[in-house]
Amino acid sequence: MLSIGQYVRAQSLEEAYTLCQKKSSVVLGGILWLKMQNRTVGTAIDLCDLGLEGIEETEEEFRIGAMTSLRALETHPGLNAYTGGAMARCLGSIVGVQFRNLATIGGSLYGRFGFSDPLTLLMALGAKVELYHRGVLELEEFAALPFERDILVRVILPKTTKGAVYLSQRNTATDFPVLTFAAARRPEGLVCALGARPGKARLFRDEEGILAGGITPESAETFGRWLADQAALGHDLRAGEEYRRRICRVLARRGLLELAKEE
Amino acid sequence: MENKTFKTVGKPLRKKDAMGLLLGKPAYVDDVTPRDCLVVKVLRSPHAHALIEEIDTSVAMKVPGMVAVYTYRDVPQKRFTMAGQTAPEPSPYDRLILDQRVRFVGDAVAVLAGENEAAVNKALKLVKVRYQVLEPVLDIHTAKDNPILVHPEENWRSLCPVGADNHRNLCASEVSGDGDVEAVLASCDEVVERTYHTKACQQAMMETFRTYTEMDPYGRLHVVSSTQIVFHVRRILANALDIPRSRIHVEKPRIGGGFGAKQTVVAEVYPALVTWKTGRPAKMIYTRQECQIAGSPRHEMEVRVRLGAMRDGSIRALDVYTLSNTGAYGEHGPTTVGLSGHKSIPLYTGGLEAYRFGYDVVYTNVQAAGAYRGYGATQGIFAVESAVNELAARLGMDPVELRKKNMVREGQAMPAYYGEVAGACALDRCMDRCAEIFGWKEKFPVRELGGGKVRTAGVAMAMQGSGISGVDVGSATVKLSDDGFYNLTIGAADMGTGCDTILAQMVAECMDCGLEDVAVFGADTDASPYDSGSYASSTTYVTGKAVEKACGELKEKICALAADMLGCGPEQVEFAGRTVRRLDGKGQVSLAQIADRSMCGNETALQATCSHSSPISPPPFMVGMAEIELDRETGSVKLLDYAAVVDCGTPINPNLARVQTEGGLVQGIGMALSENVTYTPEGRILEDSFMQYKIPTRLDMGKLRVEFESSYEQTGPFGAKSIGEIVINTPAPALAHAIYRATGVWHRELPITPEKILLGMDGQE
Amino acid sequence: MEISLTLNGKTVKAQIAPDTLLLDFLRQQGCLSVKRGCETANCGLCTVFLDEHPVLSCGVLAARAAGHQVRTLEGLQSEAEEFVGFIADQGAEQCGFCNPGFVMNTIALLRENPDPTDDEIRAFLSGNLCRCSGYEGQLRGIRAYLDWKKKGGADRGE
Repeated sequence: MLSIGQYVRAQSLEEAYTLCQKKSSVVLGGILWLKMQNRTVGTAIDLCDLGLEGIEETEEEFRIGAMTSLRALETHPGLNAYTGGAMARCLGSIVGVQFRNLATIGGSLYGRFGFSDPLTLLMALGAKVELYHRGVLELEEFAALPFERDILVRVILPKTTKGAVYLSQRNTATDFPVLTFAAARRPEGLVCALGARPGKARLFRDEEGILAGGITPESAETFGRWLADQAALGHDLRAGEEYRRRICRVLARRGLLELAKEE
Repeated sequence: MENKTFKTVGKPLRKKDAMGLLLGKPAYVDDVTPRDCLVVKVLRSPHAHALIEEIDTSVAMKVPGMVAVYTYRDVPQKRFTMAGQTAPEPSPYDRLILDQRVRFVGDAVAVLAGENEAAVNKALKLVKVRYQVLEPVLDIHTAKDNPILVHPEENWRSLCPVGADNHRNLCASEVSGDGDVEAVLASCDEVVERTYHTKACQQAMMETFRTYTEMDPYGRLHVVSSTQIVFHVRRILANALDIPRSRIHVEKPRIGGGFGAKQTVVAEVYPALVTWKTGRPAKMIYTRQECQIAGSPRHEMEVRVRLGAMRDGSIRALDVYTLSNTGAYGEHGPTTVGLSGHKSIPLYTGGLEAYRFGYDVVYTNVQAAGAYRGYGATQGIFAVESAVNELAARLGMDPVELRKKNMVREGQAMPAYYGEVAGACALDRCMDRCAEIFGWKEKFPVRELGGGKVRTAGVAMAMQGSGISGVDVGSATVKLSDDGFYNLTIGAADMGTGCDTILAQMVAECMDCGLEDVAVFGADTDASPYDSGSYASSTTYVTGKAVEKACGELKEKICALAADMLGCGPEQVEFAGRTVRRLDGKGQVSLAQIADRSMCGNETALQATCSHSSPISPPPFMVGMAEIELDRETGSVKLLDYAAVVDCGTPINPNLARVQTEGGLVQGIGMALSENVTYTPEGRILEDSFMQYKIPTRLDMGKLRVEFESSYEQTGPFGAKSIGEIVINTPAPALAHAIYRATGVWHRELPITPEKILLGMDGQE
Repeated sequence: MEISLTLNGKTVKAQIAPDTLLLDFLRQQGCLSVKRGCETANCGLCTVFLDEHPVLSCGVLAARAAGHQVRTLEGLQSEAEEFVGFIADQGAEQCGFCNPGFVMNTIALLRENPDPTDDEIRAFLSGNLCRCSGYEGQLRGIRAYLDWKKKGGADRGE
């Protein structure tokens, strides 16, 4: 049951930021997660009038407003062209179209949820978040921060990666993932993100140069094993640690081989 | 097998309420009852087993808008059962509306009523309860004869000899058999002995439990509920409130699904209590969470099968023992367990020389189980069919051939099925046809696709019953009205299955009129003729026969009045659909004229009411075959194709019969692969929402193909048997079989998740 | 607080609590086709259009919908009538409780993609649960409707 004392449509980011400093206030992306938490909210701050919806594409980057729905990202031709369809793959298994029309990218990322598909992919792609107070920072950095009272304004996705893949393992087609995997070729080298560990997505780099000679079935297999050893995997209602370990090896190997095929 | 062509029966006609439902017209409890009424909610126990030492409702009552908070001190002390069954009920009388002892996480502690939802939600948090937390009984293996008793109370009662004993945590216990099963097993070449485990799956119907109650102008309790069992509700509420049954009137509007969940009086008692005590209208709408933790799910069962066969594949002995978990209360405990043996073993009547079936149903401190489609047969068939498939693998025999060698055939008496004869049985044709349309020869061999992926197939057959022999009563009233149309009044409950329509189809067939000429009304305890209710797959077979009988009687009455109008004797006229005419061709009258005549100076009511009960319960039969693609690297299973061929006797409406089958298949797929029930060490259920309890979406099933191979049941209306429950019985064993074929591992506990599949292969070649 | 929104083409002004969900608001306004089936945004029964996008009305505050356009099945009767008969012809409506959400989302699908493949239909409707029909009959009905439209959408044969 969601209980809200006051509903305010912020007319400026400054107003939203000021209001959200109070402990009992909550910034609304959507209310999908909020309403399941049995919370009493003093002030609900809605950002819907701040023009934060929309995807802008330039030569260098995508600028995605925080209030953009997951569905809009999922169906965006530019984002899918850039990611080779990984964006649609990443988001298309989340509950249903109606759900994705309501879930905002801001809401999805701010929670830094373990089960978050978009957090995994965007982290691998080197996305940045622009926070009203803190400014712009890498998603990897943002994910590591503790919860702070700030406003996520937009996601900036620089067009710097060449090739991306997204894979997830789910017990049923539209359930929370048991494990998420994304890989991308950044200018500095290949990176991959592993999420739903069940912990939130973490970035991994090929520190040991396993893929230095290129992605082959053997090197992809070895990298998968290495990744499974590195990652802090655990258990939850959906899967145990050992199963995640096995899936990690498989998703990493399959993901890398798919990445190699894209070239 | 009879080849009959009917005019309306057997036709794929639209349901009478189809367009209204599809266009979103108000039709369900919360649509057709007043909004201005008390909101009723229940405070639920956080403990699996506890005594309420102190409960203080004074602060909760101070919330503006709160009208009442009831505790165990405010309710009658006569125990009753919430199970919808013919009285005297086999289910124990172990319930009170509110009890001082709470017996599962979610058990009712207090009933709250207020003028709006916000007030009640606030008040819920303000009821102060001090519990004496007790050790719960959570393991079915140690429940029987456990020193901790779930029902130690003196006034616990068992009305029927089902082997219940509350001092032993036993809700039912029995052994039955035929022949010397140990001797036969000892002389068999192969004995498969395995134990299977199924969980307390939820019906998960889309409309949660909900009831509206008010006092009517006669000072009677008027109940509008989403229920399958209006007459049982009347009796159960009378028991619960300790008031005469004559003071209660129960009806049902359109229902958003039941599947047996609503064969138990889950929600009704609470608003009924509020209305009876306050005199004010009240409504309770269960949340999905309440449905998941305090509903009436399938009985968790552990079924041990010992199957004895010869090397040539003849199955000679079956010994089944079921340990069933009825949970905190015994609804449907003594009855569901029986089907786990009596509706699985008879499938192999063909070669069986001996069988034994024993069971114990135990009380534990978890959610009370109830009736869910299949009602025990589903669990037993998962076990027996899996054992048969394992036998086939051991013998190196095709599992289809193995079944054809041993399956029950038409005309055989079935010792394990109460001695009844399989009077109408097309199981053999179902098997052949299913193999044909499925492509069993091509799909059964294991096909490697590379990349760790493999395609395999599995098979299972099933039976169920049609009504409860000698117990279920179905009734129908048919009357000729103004203008020559018919009113059909029934007590059976259409829960979306379309029984209103198919029973009207039967009237149309009997009276030789159009479906649109029959208006259906049901079910209402004041207005409807008595019907046990819609469960046990009884509506088509039992109520349908009552419809047929009532139409026969009505035709006689119509002819009698028409003969009078035509100036001759009733034996000189014939009923001709829209008219009644003289056999000598000298005149006729129309139905409209007869109806008019009946409304002026007439003493022959053009109305007939008949009841029917059958001494037998002819089983429907079916075969299911599943093809999967299994990813050996992840354990993921993709359903590719499921073919099912059903013998339900004559399908009264082929569309509805097909959709019933498809719906049941998908429920079975959910039970087999994704619907799980996990308890914390303290006995709380973790899958308490659709977020955690995963029923199949349309992406979790492949192609479904359903066909019918009809036998003709002489005792059924137009040759019909039933179809309501059998349809859920094949997927679990068929899928477990296909998974074995792909991985070399037999999974004997449901659901078979990707994790179990992957890790299960450790140690396999 | 007071809100104003457009509901099925008509302006509606009403007093609501800040935490009133659009689902409950719509039912209070008489749109009884909108159903509740869960508390976790999983079932799809409460699907309505918000500015012509299909959304879960349980996942929207009525306050958020203020100033916007909401459409329920009550306001889409003629568009629904054209295709639901094909579902009825399959008997796939069954208990009907999932129907309004399913019909709404199918209308949304066909507006966005008038000629979908079976896979596209399933994927778009994946957020609409049904426990009665097994989904297959609903797909047959949609396919029959699309075939009928392709043939010019003339005489409905029974």
